[in-house]
Amino acid sequence: MAINNLSYGRHGLRDWLLQRVSAVIIAAYFLFLVGFWLTHPGFDYDTWMSLFARPWVSLFSLLFLISLFVHAWIGIWIVATDYLKGAFLRYTVLILVALSFIAFFAWGVQILWSVPA
Amino acid sequence: MNKKRPVFLNLFAIQFPITAIVSILHRASGVLLFLFIPCLLSVLASSLASEADFNALRDTFSQPLAKLLLWLFLAALSYHIIAGIRHLLMDMDIGDSLQAGRWGARIVLALSVIVILLIGVGLWR
Repeated sequence: MAINNLSYGRHGLRDWLLQRVSAVIIAAYFLFLVGFWLTHPGFDYDTWMSLFARPWVSLFSLLFLISLFVHAWIGIWIVATDYLKGAFLRYTVLILVALSFIAFFAWGVQILWSVPA
Repeated sequence: MNKKRPVFLNLFAIQFPITAIVSILHRASGVLLFLFIPCLLSVLASSLASEADFNALRDTFSQPLAKLLLWLFLAALSYHIIAGIRHLLMDMDIGDSLQAGRWGARIVLALSVIVILLIGVGLWR
């Protein structure tokens, strides 16, 4: 009998799609940052601040943060269900990861909001 | 079903196919990147906090240990993205036959080594 263990109130196809869409956004964001760094030789604090002061960069950064936590959550969930044996251990780890992600996301938003427009 | 089938799971004696190595490295790099999330946020916070914090961060990353950690992070990120692109291509039915999968795995490994070495050169030059 197939045990419905791969989908804890979730849907495989939705996770599959979210994992790929978020991956593209995360990769695009890192390549954007690297590209910005490479094209600004005298890279200093003012250059860096003016980048994050742009509204579309704030929006892109927020989109990146959401994608990062969605992507990491699906990935960690898959790895945890594969390697952590025993429901207690697995769910303890997953609950701690989920709680830390909520806190980290709030921190990330706070960092982005602290930059004056 | 015969329940006494022989089990051989000595991970040090099993020779893994190259596709399995690329796959497990994708997972390992993913877990490593997950562990780097708090560091990433902390670096972003300091870099945007003030000019003094930004310059202090720049000094920190000129230290060998911090540089090595940055390289480790960038290496994991590069590998994870390159192996991820192979996944996306295979989703589109590109390179998903057995033979093409093996070649894809070799290309991912070769490309990653080149990119990681280039990043290392860039960091220490």
